[in-house]
Amino acid sequence: MFRFSKPLFVFALFFGSTVAIAFENYSGVGRAATPAEVKAWDIDVRPDFKGLPKGSGNVERGNELFEEKCASCHGSFGESNEVFTPLAGGTTKDDIKTGNVKGLSSGELPQRTTFTKVATISTVFDYVQRAMPWTSPKSLKPDEVYAILAYLLNLQEIVPADFVLSDKNIADVQKLLPNRNGMTTDHGLWPGAPAKKGGIGNGGKPDTANKACMKNCKPEVLIGSTLPEYARTAHGELADQYRSFGPVRGTRTLGPEAAKKAANAGTLELATKSGCMACHGMKSKIVGPGYSEVVARYQGQTDAESRLIAKVKAGGQGVWGSIPMPPNAHVKDEDITTLVKWILNGSK
Amino acid sequence: MGEINKQPGRLRAAPENFLSEAQIKDVAAGRRDFLRKSLFAAGAAGAALAAPKVVRAAEGDPNILENPPWTTSLGQPVATNPYGMPSKYESQLLRRESPGLARVGGASVSFCPLQGLFGIITPSGLHFERHHQGWHDIDPSKHRLMVNGSDDSLLKKAKVYTLDELMRLPSVSRIHFIECGANTGLEWGNVAVPTVQYTHGMISCSEFTGVPLKVLLEDCGVDYKKARYVLAEGADGSSMTRTIPMEMVESGEVFVAYGQNGEMLRPENGYPLRLVVPGVQGVSWVKWLRRIEVGDKPYATKDEAVHYIDLLPSGQHRQYSSIQEAKSVITTPSGGQTLLDKGFYNVSGLAWSGRGRIKQVDVSFDGGINWQTARLEGPVQNKALTRFNISWVWDGSPAILQSRAMDETGFVQPTYGQLRKVRGTKSIYHNNAIQSWKVIESGEVSNVQVL
Ligand code: HEC
Ligand code: HEC
Repeated sequence: MFRFSKPLFVFALFFGSTVAIAFENYSGVGRAATPAEVKAWDIDVRPDFKGLPKGSGNVERGNELFEEKCASCHGSFGESNEVFTPLAGGTTKDDIKTGNVKGLSSGELPQRTTFTKVATISTVFDYVQRAMPWTSPKSLKPDEVYAILAYLLNLQEIVPADFVLSDKNIADVQKLLPNRNGMTTDHGLWPGAPAKKGGIGNGGKPDTANKACMKNCKPEVLIGSTLPEYARTAHGELADQYRSFGPVRGTRTLGPEAAKKAANAGTLELATKSGCMACHGMKSKIVGPGYSEVVARYQGQTDAESRLIAKVKAGGQGVWGSIPMPPNAHVKDEDITTLVKWILNGSK
Repeated sequence: MGEINKQPGRLRAAPENFLSEAQIKDVAAGRRDFLRKSLFAAGAAGAALAAPKVVRAAEGDPNILENPPWTTSLGQPVATNPYGMPSKYESQLLRRESPGLARVGGASVSFCPLQGLFGIITPSGLHFERHHQGWHDIDPSKHRLMVNGSDDSLLKKAKVYTLDELMRLPSVSRIHFIECGANTGLEWGNVAVPTVQYTHGMISCSEFTGVPLKVLLEDCGVDYKKARYVLAEGADGSSMTRTIPMEMVESGEVFVAYGQNGEMLRPENGYPLRLVVPGVQGVSWVKWLRRIEVGDKPYATKDEAVHYIDLLPSGQHRQYSSIQEAKSVITTPSGGQTLLDKGFYNVSGLAWSGRGRIKQVDVSFDGGINWQTARLEGPVQNKALTRFNISWVWDGSPAILQSRAMDETGFVQPTYGQLRKVRGTKSIYHNNAIQSWKVIESGEVSNVQVL
């Protein structure tokens, strides 16, 4: 008895003195994070620049870095549409004055780029630091991020060519962003406290007010748009995208000729699934060569197929540049064979 | 509908029953010689049967009259497939990409095949995918969740949890839908895609199991007075981050999930840990969750300052728009399908609202002039998919099918006309307009937009 009552007594005493604090109630669960651990992971940068690392970088260095680490996907001037929507372009000197990108409302903007939208440069710093380059995220040092941002800001004509961006002046640069006044939070889609209580938005008030009318709700049916013919077939054979039994059938949308094309799309799907398309474009280079470049290089070389199969499997570098292709051990041998054949046949 | 003869199980016992009007007239006129030919054709149409079977078909369905191999032989033993797979006859229902939508598979979407699913739970293998920097299969023994504050004054103690520890804590299991903010985004301006997989397939619904985030924040001694926002961060290359309001955490709604439909999360859905933020667009349900930071201000991360912002006609963008408002869609029949025949159909679909429970779903067969209330398959759950059904006899004439959801706040799903009036046509996100499917005489169903 004695053996048990003592710890029990201590237990009671402990709780007697710390009643009703949830803190540390789940004993044995979790431990304190060390300062080094928090520092390693807590890299976010807020619009008020809380979390911003110290450092600086100039436009010229940024240009070099961008060419080396970013241009393969985003184009030398951040203009490429090949891998993702363009980073740069679409804003004017006047937008820098007003803080509203006019092209967004005038309809003159063919495509929204990053700088036509972003209102906070902290966002771009935070994102490039955590996620870019896409295939080796978190490899950039703070000074490199500053330099790359300086280059992008210069492309956008927000800062001059001799500009040095740093933790000291980044807040001033934020005040020059062409779309800095372009955001509104006056809407009903924020699930927290409303602006009038220190939060965001109008407190959940919707912007449409349809009625559940049941009978004779309108005089006629106005059709706004129908499926364009090209869209009917752009998603492959719809008959094969539904069961072969049940209350309906998938509509047969492709003929045999098109079905063959769809089979090739299957190989494209395989290439996408196998991760190849992250680094290879059909025509142009992303990280590795474009497939048509590969075809051109190995035209008429009878042993190309077997050599390339081995290369894709094991990875390697030096043929197209110094960037290596990682081994593709996760892809089945037969799939690698299919893929290489498909590439050499013009990936059609 | 010329395909009726190919429907399995339809009896064609007496030739007279499948003769055309013209042929019946021929019979009446005494020209019977072609009957032999049509009998043969009937046999050929059904899986190239030999002539004797055709004769048997006149007595009934050969699938009944002759026992098939699975009825007359031994089947396979238990655990032949230690992890069971769908039937080989179900190979058509797959997650699919929409060609041309994204340029690289690692920053893309695969859509859930809603056109063939039943009830409200999405099979985990068909759950839609949206990755920004590819997916990984993370070793759970190496995964950590850190909770810290943007400032030391917001939290008594920054802590680290392992899966071993998180799975010891009191858990909840709840069914919720997750919808990408860009679901139906391809259709803001006009009809663009043929089937419900591509119009609405960035939605799925699962039973998730995990620990309320509130439990963890309180375990770390959060100061709710100061910390009004939460930043959630993923462990993938993109280290996806999103701001979440503390109100949703305090209510106990937001939880850190490891379970999905009775098993662990699938890698594509965040294995071993993801955030569940009921009613809010999928991007906030951070996958491969590795860190929670409490803060006193919103964060304007890339996916809430450059994307997932709604462009208005004025040129302004709505920022921090998060809730998925009431929405519904008919899945059977739907675009890219063809009705087999005139007659009875169970029209079936899904409704959901990020603001709570679905109260009512109405269905129209005439493009929205008249409506009837559908049956809701209960129990209707909070911020979950709700299945609705309604009976319909198709008389073979053209029809336009629509569904219209109303949630418990009384909000009614808008028409395209109403939505565009306030938000224009250039947005990508939060398109919850009423979907229309047009049925023509041939039985083919296609995507149209009714204003
Ligand atoms: C291998 C291709 C690749 C490389 C190299 C690359 N990026 Fe990216 N980048 C992408 C992709 C893909 C996205 C879109 C990611 C997503 O969907 O979230 C992206 C997005 C971005 C964005 C956000 C744009 C927006 O509007 O959302 C910025 C900024 C960016 N990259 C900058 C950089 C910088 C700076 C570098 C070099 C340090 C770089 N990228 C290197 C592929 C690449
Ligand atoms: C992480 C990026 C990356 C991925 C993923 C990738 N590759 Fe490559 N690939 C490269 C690079 C870089 C090169 C150029 C290597 C060199 O210079 O030798 C290359 C080269 C090639 C070549 C030409 C090889 C030669 O020696 O000329 C082929 C063919 C090829 N890749 C096919 C594939 C296929 C198929 C896949 C998918 C299974 C794939 N790649 C996945 C980056 C990648």
